[in-house]
Amino acid sequence: MTDLTRLSAAALAQALRTGDVTSVEATRAHLDRIAEVDPAVHAFLHVDAEGALASAAAADARRAEGVPEPALLGVPVAVKDIVATKGVPTTCGSRILEGWIPPYDATLVKRLREAGMPILGKTNMDEFAMGSSTEHSAFGPTRNPWDLDRIPGGSGGGSSAAVTAYEAPLAVGTDTGGSIRQPGAVTGTVGVKPTYGGVSRYGIVALASSLDQAGPVARSVLDAALLHDVIAGHDPMDSTSIDKPWPSMAEAARRSDITGLRIGVVRELGGEGYQTGVQARFDDAVALLVKSGAEVVEVSCPHFELALAAYYLILPSEASSNLARFDAMRFGLRVSPENVAAPSAEQVMEATRAAGFGDEVKRRIILGTYALSSGYYEAYYGQAQKVRTLVTQNFQAAFDQVDVLVSPTAPTTAFRIGEKLDDPLAMYLNDIATIPANLAGVPGMSLPSGLADEDGLPTGIQILAPALEDARLYTVGAVLEASLEEQWGGPLLDQAPALAAAAASSMDGR
Amino acid sequence: MSDPASSLTREDVAYLAHLARIDLSDAELDHLAPQLAVILESVATISSVDTAEVAPTSSAVPVENVFRADEARPSLSVEDALAGAPEVEQQRFKVPRILGEEA
Repeated sequence: MTDLTRLSAAALAQALRTGDVTSVEATRAHLDRIAEVDPAVHAFLHVDAEGALASAAAADARRAEGVPEPALLGVPVAVKDIVATKGVPTTCGSRILEGWIPPYDATLVKRLREAGMPILGKTNMDEFAMGSSTEHSAFGPTRNPWDLDRIPGGSGGGSSAAVTAYEAPLAVGTDTGGSIRQPGAVTGTVGVKPTYGGVSRYGIVALASSLDQAGPVARSVLDAALLHDVIAGHDPMDSTSIDKPWPSMAEAARRSDITGLRIGVVRELGGEGYQTGVQARFDDAVALLVKSGAEVVEVSCPHFELALAAYYLILPSEASSNLARFDAMRFGLRVSPENVAAPSAEQVMEATRAAGFGDEVKRRIILGTYALSSGYYEAYYGQAQKVRTLVTQNFQAAFDQVDVLVSPTAPTTAFRIGEKLDDPLAMYLNDIATIPANLAGVPGMSLPSGLADEDGLPTGIQILAPALEDARLYTVGAVLEASLEEQWGGPLLDQAPALAAAAASSMDGR
Repeated sequence: MSDPASSLTREDVAYLAHLARIDLSDAELDHLAPQLAVILESVATISSVDTAEVAPTSSAVPVENVFRADEARPSLSVEDALAGAPEVEQQRFKVPRILGEEA
């Protein structure tokens, strides 16, 4: 019998439609796979076997009724633990929310449920999505299925590792500065950050409200498109949600023609600071795009050089304000200070936040508090907002010349767990190529570009499109994916080491 | 305007932590203060570009006020709203004292 966990989401949906498999069978197969490999990978913070199987049974019943079916009816999905799921724990990878059970569903979760997609569980992440390695999770790091001693990217390393390890055919991530795309790059999978406002933020715990955006995590461009179509769309509960109909991303992925398309290589996002193998695979991918009929030119976006600095002022500022809600009063952890009789609310607040937040969250809250403080506001936060304008203008000028932009997604392949943990600045550099898109709100995709010669680890290429033109990502991504897979003789993930064996030997080694 | 390159001292960090309501231990201050100084030095490069003629951007897309009809609609039940509370009394969130003991 075919291993159901190896099927693409599109193939699984087809098998479900024809009645070759049931959603209960498919969901159980993924739950079994999670039980088998997740002790080593640690992609999940919570597995909801009971809820997933009940949804699967409901999906099978719905199909039996024969009414028109949603495309992914019965296909299971994993959801990043920053997204509120009614009745299912949601921790954001933080002690301060340990044990919190949301009383409502995020809008995107509602859409998954309406589409009949069983939710397997909640995936691990850097605490409150602050990080690029998942090492900042209060509940321990996720491991990269390509090499269990390495990071799966972050903050959404749980989602990327879950699809890489065949624990889920699809996952939902969130991307504030690259948290969907960089994990995709270092695990050899596909991740998309839609246009800001494309997917509702209602029910997603806010990190930086002007930058946060949820999107699909998958093993192929078409699978990502199918999930994108489920979760995107206007939501009155999110005042920044875009109120306009979206074209089908799945259709865009199936278009498979980029003849005459103008592609710009961003001069500032490549070369120095980028690992040799990452740059080489990127150059190869660009050559393939030319072969597919695209017209490639170099474009310059000079202010991208300041995007990282602007981001690390804007994000901490917004985060310090958003995370003020964790005050030990209405939900979450409450810790009383030691040796204080009848402590005040403020003392309880200070003790709770000290105990409940990890180092990276503390660093960013303090940095944000500084950047917003009187006397420094103009020099830091104000100046960062102006640089944000310049970055947006760079994008506008570039998109006057070309239809999409490309760059390597991340400057390096997956690094070793622990390597950058106590060097925040080195960690921040992982997002150098992904951050500009968040500042300008434009959509971006990462897809595998190959393996670096020097370490045999996956590399990613990033495609960026103008705001609202998410469909272009899928057309270009699908064409590139097809030519790359023709070269590789199949999906890149086929070259990943067999996990069960690797997991077993790695466990023996400890 | 303040000098954006000014560095962050251990005392500054302790004060900021207090403003942010985080009770940092001495060990944490020793650990975090130098890291924050390095980060701040790096992000201070932002002042290298002349932005006298540039308008600030606060959101990725143009944002305008969004209204909805002023109609009652279902919301969380009291039980659901209080389900995650650290302490509850008489259908209310119970919080530590907010005033000084002599007040």
